[in-house]
Amino acid sequence: MQINNTTEFRPKIVAFCCNWCSYAGADLAGNNRLSYPADIKIIRVPCSCRVNPTFILRAFQRGADGVILCGCHPGDCHYTSGNYYTRRRMTLLFSMMNYLGIEKERTRVEWVSAAEGAKFAAVMQDFAQTVAALGESKRLEDLRCKQ
Amino acid sequence: MQRIGVFVCWCGSNIAATVDVQRVADAVRSEPGVVFSVDYQYMCSQAGQSMIVDAVKEHQLTGLVICSCSPRMHESTFRKTAQLAGINPYMVEIANIREQCSWVHKDIFIGTQKAITLAKAAIAKVNLNTPLTSGESKVTKRALVIGGGIAGIQSALDIADAGFPVDLVEKEATIGGKMAQLDKTFPTLDCAACILTPKMVDVAQHENIRIISHAQVEEVGGFVGNFHVKIRKKARFVDESICTGCGLCTEKCPQKKVPNAFNLNMDHHRAIYIPFAQAVPKVAIIDPDYCSMLKNGKCGVCAKVCSVGAIDYQQKDEIIEEDYGAIVTATGYNPISLEKYDEYAYSLSKDVITSLEFERLTNAAGPTQGHLIRPSDGKQPHTIVFVQCVGSRCAANAEKGKEYCSKICCMYTAKHAMLVRDKYPDTEVYVFYIDVRTPGKSFDEFYRRAVEEYGVHYIKGMVGKVIPEGNTLKVQASDLLMNKQLHIDADLVVLAAAIEPDRSARPLATMLTASMDTNDFFTEAHPKLRPVESPTAGIFLSGTCQGPKDIPETVSQASAAAAKVIGLLCKNTLKGNPCVAVSDEMMCNGCSSCANVCPYGAITYESKEFRMPDRTTRMRRVAKVNPAVCQGCGCCTVACPSGAMDLDGFKNQQIMAEVDAICK
Repeated sequence: MQINNTTEFRPKIVAFCCNWCSYAGADLAGNNRLSYPADIKIIRVPCSCRVNPTFILRAFQRGADGVILCGCHPGDCHYTSGNYYTRRRMTLLFSMMNYLGIEKERTRVEWVSAAEGAKFAAVMQDFAQTVAALGESKRLEDLRCKQ
Repeated sequence: MQRIGVFVCWCGSNIAATVDVQRVADAVRSEPGVVFSVDYQYMCSQAGQSMIVDAVKEHQLTGLVICSCSPRMHESTFRKTAQLAGINPYMVEIANIREQCSWVHKDIFIGTQKAITLAKAAIAKVNLNTPLTSGESKVTKRALVIGGGIAGIQSALDIADAGFPVDLVEKEATIGGKMAQLDKTFPTLDCAACILTPKMVDVAQHENIRIISHAQVEEVGGFVGNFHVKIRKKARFVDESICTGCGLCTEKCPQKKVPNAFNLNMDHHRAIYIPFAQAVPKVAIIDPDYCSMLKNGKCGVCAKVCSVGAIDYQQKDEIIEEDYGAIVTATGYNPISLEKYDEYAYSLSKDVITSLEFERLTNAAGPTQGHLIRPSDGKQPHTIVFVQCVGSRCAANAEKGKEYCSKICCMYTAKHAMLVRDKYPDTEVYVFYIDVRTPGKSFDEFYRRAVEEYGVHYIKGMVGKVIPEGNTLKVQASDLLMNKQLHIDADLVVLAAAIEPDRSARPLATMLTASMDTNDFFTEAHPKLRPVESPTAGIFLSGTCQGPKDIPETVSQASAAAAKVIGLLCKNTLKGNPCVAVSDEMMCNGCSSCANVCPYGAITYESKEFRMPDRTTRMRRVAKVNPAVCQGCGCCTVACPSGAMDLDGFKNQQIMAEVDAICK
């Protein structure tokens, strides 16, 4: 196979998806063959509240250009209240993103239910576009991590 | 160091068409820990699985990465395979290269690149996996059925027949639900009461079933096999254990102007009443909003006439607490409110009615003893217009109505039209439809009979407006096939209102942590393969709370749900989820941050003696997780300020390893 040598910028995006809603929503997008950019790589977590803010900072440190966190709609959390904690934690973290030198738009929290395959694809399209427009994120990147 | 085997599945052409599977298998071979990698057509097949077992034995593998479909699909399959091969089932990780790769990316180069990254992330995770064993929990051999319509009745009967005790909770004063209100049922035209009421009696007489009527679920705790439920049984002001249902009180009560909800407020009953003749339990109930004794302490007629002394004005709500192993939701449906449908003049004219009201009008036990008359003047209608899809199949962005098809309207409208033509052959009957959908057994034959034998006028097109003018209803409609406007002077207009889940379903779903779709129907664990289970373990779905369906479908789903419940209750113990939180007591400082965020109260504290470097001992308060109660959300791991709390199966290190692999 030939390697495609285009100079087009492909962002690296980490998507944390909760097992019960958003990961299932992503599966539904797949079932319905709803395309979204391949730059999105999904990490499955049991609940959005499992995502420690350090995971997000770690991603930026290791060269991610955007991080999106998806969970069940408020009130629908499989664990009753997990996404409420997510909402508060991320509001706090994101409010400090600009201070860290990372554009706030590189981070996002979205609520995607298991029935919202179309929404998942649309959100990912939009997020990937936003991140691609911002270009590479270098502020936190730790060069020691690069081989 | 782990010895990892990577197995890349083609899934026929599902994956192989957009991902170069061989390249994936080659690319991961040099990853740390990987000692073996291979691709195969169908990993989940018998041959694929034995290939995994053989590879484990041949290469002494300690961890497996399966690059295949979603873990929601086959994770449990491959965990069993791992167990078969003699390694811990939790040493398996799935890289989802179908739903989240090959099916959404068209370009083979991009798809392959992503699949490699996903596989590398899974490998990075497996490198840090540790064997986990699940704890066991006992199963409470008792089921709760929420909703006493035909769905709940059937589920309760089937579970009870298998020998397990069942509690059937119903929010109304009697079980029976919507089916009890119907007149005849399609496509056989047997009367609903004749087939339903014997079942209701069966429920009442079954030794394993307890009916908790006029009650609502207030609180649900616990997990599969061990739910703890609080039920509020509302005061009915009549002692259920004494009342014989003789009905004398319901004749003597002086308050006669209480709208009869069972007849959809088309007539009245007394303040003390029995919902209908065949009610189960057949016990009177007092409406506290109308009873003058309860409102201002004057009257007491019912207490005087009751020969057994069952009336109890002081009765209070009762809280019933019980443990259950499984819960069936059968909360049913309601027709939508037609407030926003003024073009059909529903709120302007009494002679514009819903189909459910029509059922009561033609029912021999209804407000008119089955005589079809106009609600406004009591005259027999000569021209009846039925309008289908009122609020069903609306555009997604429409300001009112539902996007889905309500499924039952085509058939019951055909039934109504047929019944009218049968009873009153001189009546002209028009049915306006978008499409006629009759996919059930003997359904299309039934519909064709309405058209061909009974001469019902079926017109493709929608009614634009209904204008009440004097005694008639001017119906403006379009005939799409003839391409012309129609003006019909109707005496009665019947609207086939869309059906929606009962309002009690949403708060119930929140209590059960069962997921719902955007229309408030319960979602099933898998739309095709697990249609009667909720994704939340131990919750089963029965009837229209899962989606619109007719009676035969409801009954079959109810029995299917019952079969699943029986399968669960037959087990003595259940294997729990081993992915639970664990606290490192050396790092824990006992601050309670974790216990404060735990939704299950799974974290307790204990004082423990620790040896200090200077050889003295010190007592310290440390967190302790109860693995039987912990559900593994991981909220505490983030709340913990000292980093003592971690989640097995999704450890901080593991997730960070995945992040690193993706960002490389």
